[in-house]
Amino acid sequence: MSGTQAGRFFVHGDWACAEGALAAGCRFYAAYPITPATEIAERLAVRLPQVGGKFVQFEDEIGAIASVIGASYSGQKAMTATSGPGISLMLENIGLAVMTEAPCVVVNVMRGGPSTGQPTGGAQGDVMQCRWGTHGDTEIIALAPQSVQEMFDLTIHAFNLSERYRTPVFLMADANIGHLYETLEVPEAKGIEIVDRKKPTGKPADYRAFKADDDLVPPMACFGDGYRLYATGLTHNEKGYPDMSVEGQDRLVRRLCDKIRRDAQRIEMAEEHYTGDCDVLVVAYGITARSALSAVKKAREEGIKAGLLRLVTLWPFPDRRIEELTRGIKGVVVAEMNYGQLVREVERAAMRRVDFLPKLGENPHMPEEILAAIRRAKK
Amino acid sequence: MTPPGHPHSKSLRVERLPHIWCQGCGLGIVLHAYADALEETGIDLDKVATISGIGCAGRASGYVNTDAFHTTHGRALPFATGVGISRPDIKPVVISGDGDLFSIGGNHLIHAARRNVDMLVICSNNFNYGMTGAQFGPTTPSETKTPTSPYGNIENPFNLVALVSSAGATMVSRWTSMHPIPLKNSIKRGLTKKGFSFIEVITPCTTGYGRLNRLTPLDMMRRLREKGKIKQVAPTEAVCDPRHEIILGDFIDVEKPTYNEVFETLTKRAGGES
Repeated sequence: MSGTQAGRFFVHGDWACAEGALAAGCRFYAAYPITPATEIAERLAVRLPQVGGKFVQFEDEIGAIASVIGASYSGQKAMTATSGPGISLMLENIGLAVMTEAPCVVVNVMRGGPSTGQPTGGAQGDVMQCRWGTHGDTEIIALAPQSVQEMFDLTIHAFNLSERYRTPVFLMADANIGHLYETLEVPEAKGIEIVDRKKPTGKPADYRAFKADDDLVPPMACFGDGYRLYATGLTHNEKGYPDMSVEGQDRLVRRLCDKIRRDAQRIEMAEEHYTGDCDVLVVAYGITARSALSAVKKAREEGIKAGLLRLVTLWPFPDRRIEELTRGIKGVVVAEMNYGQLVREVERAAMRRVDFLPKLGENPHMPEEILAAIRRAKK
Repeated sequence: MTPPGHPHSKSLRVERLPHIWCQGCGLGIVLHAYADALEETGIDLDKVATISGIGCAGRASGYVNTDAFHTTHGRALPFATGVGISRPDIKPVVISGDGDLFSIGGNHLIHAARRNVDMLVICSNNFNYGMTGAQFGPTTPSETKTPTSPYGNIENPFNLVALVSSAGATMVSRWTSMHPIPLKNSIKRGLTKKGFSFIEVITPCTTGYGRLNRLTPLDMMRRLREKGKIKQVAPTEAVCDPRHEIILGDFIDVEKPTYNEVFETLTKRAGGES
């Protein structure tokens, strides 16, 4: 039962995200209406029943994410989508998904905050929240689309990563991308790479629900498979039972973090333009990266050797590549739609101060603003 | 240490016993009744998921030999909703406490009942937050002294039977841990019934509520037996006051299309196949 409707469409980013989820095999979606992510729910309310899936509108975002984890443990590919206020409510259970290694996708179509902020105004203000918002030590995977096409492609990729690493994966879209209309190409289902979680192969009696393989990821039995698994948000041993020992905490938290840390460079995705010889490096993501690329091209026309590093994965953060690209160059410019978040990571990785272009309010940076910063940074 | 020939070796993870609950606590009796019910109904244990929230009662899921999940505080019901809706072949059973289900998780409770998702909820009500040290909660009788109501509880308690009935549950019963046989029978009915079934079990918290109110475990058990009266009344009349009267019985038992049954008709309308 394929959920993929191949063809060329003129649609908005939220629509593309919904179709990407279906193409990835998502058959359970739960959410609470919230601007600017509601259109994902509206599309899936139409489409999921057509492909034998389930759409559930919950009483709040906490219920939505809890049900997504329940569906994930029941063997489904499951997703929820919301915006900043909803993520704030979901964070405790996102920690539960990390702790119990429940593959799932959490879409955040970001709007202006704090609090209710600007519901229809795009922003990139939750990029640190998704990294650090849940309590305790965690590693998180987060992807940032810059086009309607990437809302489709990266939603599929988010599912694949979540299944591979048994962890929640964030799709961090600014509302500008969520509501942007442009062309979407949906390939035939056979042309789409789909990753499914590892299943146990041994007898149920020998199954250790949280005994990891060499890749630090345990094979996942699901409810109804006959393995009689037990999972808890408490620190647990390989059987899944509570373990309140010092060693138990150390062992589990290290493994949960290291399964992603150890593979960070494999997970990291970035797009580079003119970085081979650049004097000034611009770092941007989401809608901002499109203005940044325009600015870099104009700078090149002026004879300034500018380059762009467009982050596709926000987390894991590409420390090593940023360190390599910024070594010895004249200037680094970071543009993002907030008042200073990922810029701190760039400064940490580059081990230097950078020119920072904040942007508050719904309008993305104009290429001229970034171009002016490139000119300043060159001096 | 596996007790040899444990009578519940089929339905419980006997290697995890003894359980963590205090002497005189009613939660062991609830677990026992659930284990009996699982075995006596002959339900396929591979198709039951036992789900709990946080607190003393929340530990129950860890002793049951079905698929089981110990969720975050208050979120057992939406987790179970995700299981039950995505896998109609699996029966979710939520075992948790009054604080978990009616305070932090109260919103989910009324909505799960309203949706009529096919699940059984067994709520142990001990009139306080036992695990954190007997603070007052949404079921604590007025004027009761607890560590966070040292001058007496100024709030009014919920009547769980009345609340869940009005939210749309298709089966609602109340027993105490001193009534294990009718409790078991209600659990058996809830396991096989289609729809949202709710069983409240009054259990003594001997270490918390009992100690602070100068009641010995035996006092508390005797009181449940004395105050517990089986009566045929409307849910709104089903008084639950451990000092005066606790009305017990089966209050609601009706048939209504479940969420999944209605969803199947929606799927057909959408042109899909379930």
